[in-house]
Amino acid sequence: MPSLSYLLARLLQIIPTFLLVMIFIFLLVRLLPGDPAIAMAEAKATDAQLEQIRHNLGLDQPLPIQFLVFVKNTLTGDLGRSIMLKAPVTEIILARLPTTIFLALYSVLLAICLAGPLAFLAASRVNSPVDVAIRSVFQVGLSMPVFYIGLVLLTVLGAQLRWFPVGGYGTGFLDNLHHLILPALSVALYTSAIILRNLRASLIEVLDADYVQFARAKGLSRRIVMTRHVLRNALVSTVTLLGLSIGNLMSGTLVTETVFAVPGVGRLMLEAIFARDYPLIQGLTLTFAVLVSVVFLLTDIVQSWLDPRLRQS
Amino acid sequence: MSIVVQSPIRKAGRLRPFLGRAFSRPSFVIGFAILTLSIALALFPQVLAPYDPLAFDLSAIQQGPSLAHPFGTDNFGRDVLSRVIWAYRVDMQMAFFATIFALLIGVTVGAFVGYYGGIADTIFGRCVDAIITFPFLVLVIAIVAVLGPGLVNMYVAITAVNWVYYARLTRAEIMAQKANDYAAAGRVLGYSDRRIIFRHLLPNATSPIIVYWMTDMALAILLGSSLGYLGLGAQPPAAEWGVLIAEGRNFLLTAWWMSLMPGIAIVLTGLGFSLVGDALADLLRPKGR
Repeated sequence: MPSLSYLLARLLQIIPTFLLVMIFIFLLVRLLPGDPAIAMAEAKATDAQLEQIRHNLGLDQPLPIQFLVFVKNTLTGDLGRSIMLKAPVTEIILARLPTTIFLALYSVLLAICLAGPLAFLAASRVNSPVDVAIRSVFQVGLSMPVFYIGLVLLTVLGAQLRWFPVGGYGTGFLDNLHHLILPALSVALYTSAIILRNLRASLIEVLDADYVQFARAKGLSRRIVMTRHVLRNALVSTVTLLGLSIGNLMSGTLVTETVFAVPGVGRLMLEAIFARDYPLIQGLTLTFAVLVSVVFLLTDIVQSWLDPRLRQS
Repeated sequence: MSIVVQSPIRKAGRLRPFLGRAFSRPSFVIGFAILTLSIALALFPQVLAPYDPLAFDLSAIQQGPSLAHPFGTDNFGRDVLSRVIWAYRVDMQMAFFATIFALLIGVTVGAFVGYYGGIADTIFGRCVDAIITFPFLVLVIAIVAVLGPGLVNMYVAITAVNWVYYARLTRAEIMAQKANDYAAAGRVLGYSDRRIIFRHLLPNATSPIIVYWMTDMALAILLGSSLGYLGLGAQPPAAEWGVLIAEGRNFLLTAWWMSLMPGIAIVLTGLGFSLVGDALADLLRPKGR
C-alpha cells in the first residue's frame, strides 16, 4: 500500500486547486450580466423585496467578505436555498447524488465488461480481420454523441422491442439495475471505445515485453503469465485512463439522465439552468468538482498500489 | 560572416512526398474524402440540397424515407435530408470556431509558460488543475447558463475551458524543444526570446498540436450537437444536427427518421476528422519517417 506521507502530500495538493475552484464558482454567479437578485426574483418583485434578496444573499457586502462567507458556508455544508425547489441545496443534491453515482459505476462496469475481453481478442491477433473489425466498430462508437446512442437504444431496445424500460429509476436494487440498463449502456458504449483503444495498445506493448517472454520461457502457465504479468501491467494505464475520463463519464451521465429522465444530479443541473436557479447551479457545479477530485485521488492511490515505482516521485 | 541557426523544421520541399505517403493510406483517403464532402456541403448547401430546408409541405408530413425524400420528411413536411445538409454549415462552423480561439490562446500561453517557467508556470499549473477538476460539459453549460444560450456564447464557453488543453500540450512540447542545441545556439547568437519561441521552438512543436486539433474538431461537433440537443447551443429554427435530433425526439415511434438521420451526419463527420487525425499522428511521428 502507498505510504501515509504519500497520501498526505497528495491530499495537501488538493487545497490550492480547490481554492481556485471556489473562486471560479463564486465569480460565476457574480459575473452575471445585471443583478443576480433581479435574475433570481420573481418578475413582479418590488424594490424592497429585491433589497431583501440582496441582503439574504449577502450581496450588500464587499466582494472579499462575500467570498469568505461563501467559503465558510460551503465548508459547513450550507450551499444556500434552491429557488426552484424551495429547499436547502445540500439536501436536494444529497438526495439525488446516489442515483448518479450508481449510474456512473454501472456504466464503468458495463464498459469494462465490454472493452476488456474485446481488447484481449484484438491484441492477441494484431491486424487480423477480427482486430480490424473490433477497432472499426469502436472508432464509429467514438464518433457518436452519448445522447444519440441513447436515443437509438431507446427507440430500438426500449420502444420497439420493449426489452427494457425507457425511463425512470425504479425502486430497489434489482429494479434500479433494470431501469438504468439503457442509460448506463449509452455511456458505456462511448467509454468502452476509449478504454478499448488504450487497453489494446498497452496489451500489445506488454505482451511483447522481455519480462513476459521470460515468464513464458521459464515455463509458467499461460494463466499465471496473463494475470500476474500481463494484466497487472496493462491495468496501470487503463486505471489512469479511467480515472482521467471521470469528467467525460460525468458529462455522459448528465446527457443520458436527460435523455432517459433519470432523476440524478445531471438532469437536475439542466433543470436548474433552465429555471435560472443560481444557488442550485453553484452547488451542483461544486458537487461535480468534488466528485472528480475524489476520483482523481483514488486513481492516484490505486495507481501507486499497482505500480510501486510511482510512489517514489 | 553570418551564422544560420538550423532548426529541424520540415522544409516546404518535403510536402509533396509527405502528401504521397498520406494518400497511400486508405484511412487517410476515406477521412479526407469525408471532410472534403463535408466542407462542400457546408459551403454550397443551396446547390446540393434537393429541397428548401424551411419550406413546409403539408401534403407530405412525416413520410418515411423514399426516393423523393431519402431521409424522410418531418412534422411540417420539410425534407430531412435538405435540413441535414443545411446543418453542415452550422456544425462545420462549430468545429472551427469552438476550437480555433482555444488553439491560438492555448498555444501562446503554453509557449510562454513552457519557455520561461518559474512563477507563471506554477500559477498556470494550478489553473489547469482547477479547470480539469470540472467535467468539461458541466463547466461549459455552467458558463452558458450565465451568458445565455446561443452559438456565440457557446463558443465563448468552450474556448474558456478548452484553451487549457492546448496550453498544456504546447507547454510540454516547448519544454522538450527548449533543451535542444539549436535553442541554445539561438540564445548564444543573442536572438530575442520572442524570435526563439516563434521562429524556432514553436514550428517544431506543431505536429502534436495539429493532430490534437483534428481530434478536437470532432469533439467540438459532439459537444456542440449535445448542447444543441439540450437546448443550450444553436437555437431552433436554425438547422443544426443536435437541434434536428431534439425536434424529432417526440416522434421516435412514429417518425424515427427525424432523429436518427441527422445522427448519421454527426458520426460521419466525426469519423472523417478522427481518421485524418489518426493518419497524421502516424505520419508525423518522428520514428515513422
